[in-house]
Amino acid sequence: MESLSNKKKVLEQKPLNLAERMYLPTIVKGLSTTISHFLKKPATIKYPEQVREFSINWRGMHSLKRDEEGRERCTACGLCALSCPAEAITMIAAERKADEKHLYREEKYAAVYEINMLRCIFCGLCEEACPKEAIYLDGPIVPSDYLRKDFIYGKDKLVEAPLTNDL
Amino acid sequence: MDQYFIIEKFVLITILFAISLLIAMYSTYAERKVAAFLQDRLGPNRAGIFGILQPLADGVKMFMKEEIIPANANKWLFMVGPGLAMLCACIGTAVIPWGQDLNIGGRIVPLQVTDINVGVLYIFGVVSLGVYGVMIGGWASNNKYSLLSAIRAASQNISYEVAMGLSIIALLLVTNTLSLREIVAQQQGWHWNVLYQPLGFIIFMVCSFAETNRAPFDLPECETELIGGYHTEYSSMKLGFYLFAEYINMFVSSTVMATLYFGGYNYPGMVWVAGQVSPNAAALIGTGIFFLKIFTFIFFFMWVRWTIPRFRYDQLMNLGWKGLIPLAIINIIITGIFIAVRNF
Repeated sequence: MESLSNKKKVLEQKPLNLAERMYLPTIVKGLSTTISHFLKKPATIKYPEQVREFSINWRGMHSLKRDEEGRERCTACGLCALSCPAEAITMIAAERKADEKHLYREEKYAAVYEINMLRCIFCGLCEEACPKEAIYLDGPIVPSDYLRKDFIYGKDKLVEAPLTNDL
Repeated sequence: MDQYFIIEKFVLITILFAISLLIAMYSTYAERKVAAFLQDRLGPNRAGIFGILQPLADGVKMFMKEEIIPANANKWLFMVGPGLAMLCACIGTAVIPWGQDLNIGGRIVPLQVTDINVGVLYIFGVVSLGVYGVMIGGWASNNKYSLLSAIRAASQNISYEVAMGLSIIALLLVTNTLSLREIVAQQQGWHWNVLYQPLGFIIFMVCSFAETNRAPFDLPECETELIGGYHTEYSSMKLGFYLFAEYINMFVSSTVMATLYFGGYNYPGMVWVAGQVSPNAAALIGTGIFFLKIFTFIFFFMWVRWTIPRFRYDQLMNLGWKGLIPLAIINIIITGIFIAVRNF
């Protein structure tokens, strides 16, 4: 059929010439290519010991932030759980007692705050939804584990370390 | 024949056996490391420093795996297959001269298990027996892919043995002997056979790639067509034996190439070195050089594996029957004419 677009290209398959039929010249060429990689720096790294630099918009493990006085910012409004497309976040709210003012910034706080790291897709919508700037995905890669239950991270793993007094 | 003779041979055989297994073991490690380096990767580095314990970990894994014998397999032959492959791989080293004679307390100890006067033929016989392990294993599995692979292995070995034998004939025209000990002794210093038989060496090397089922001739293990090849149904240490036998075969092939074409334990300047140190030390240096050559060949085997893609089956047969055999015959004729003219 005649080509309408003029883009058709018929590839010509020529029979192999003598050098190609002998294989040896091309084999030598191939061998020199592979050996040139032998002493090159590996493209891979020893991962758990060495970690590559993350990009600035990297989203890793979540952390629940504290304010300047070391109080937890989260007020358990539930917007993060609501915005989460994977439904990975659950929480139980509680009311702040009078003697807990140094622990929680708002009068309502999250008594239990759990993120299922197997469900989380690290989209960052929780961080966008949060009105209190309490959650950020600024942590490292979530480590692997053996049991499903160990992937449900509670406040013990998520909340930032408290401010130390001597600072 | 005295008691020392038996002790000396026993010790030599034990050492050889241990060395064969050790080299095969670390060939698996080296293969993975070489592959990694050629592909800009790091390779196994978790077990021990630089991953040096990886072969042990692999071995333990193999032993711990569940052993499965298919219900409709021929049980007896199914078990004989890997054993035969291993046996044939291990006995090949018996006729190789590993070094010059040692002098231990006034007693001359040759570093060779036995110097039979048809050493080359023995090697040949053992190498071609090796395919029986593959064939029996493939047939006894009662699996069509295993059988196809076994047939491939058999026809491939037969095809390439012809060319291999013809390339050896040209070599024998030059050496005038079948004894490996004498062949090596003739290659004193720089008089390596590869200089007199370059074409023969290339043919021999290509054939040994085919005989050991190594890439680019690893069609019996072609995963894309045959699942796992002849060892599809094998598990646990029986599979380990097959994989291990392949590496021992590679070691033996490298040894034979180094012996026949690259002067065995000979190296340039060996006469000068022998004048500097004691005879025993000189002999051991020669043995060291021999192993260096062997390791070079093993590296070459791996280097080729990670460079060249697998041949198609008709290409393999074309190369064997239409390429290598005529070349080998031409090589014999040229060698024969050359020798006739020289002796004229």
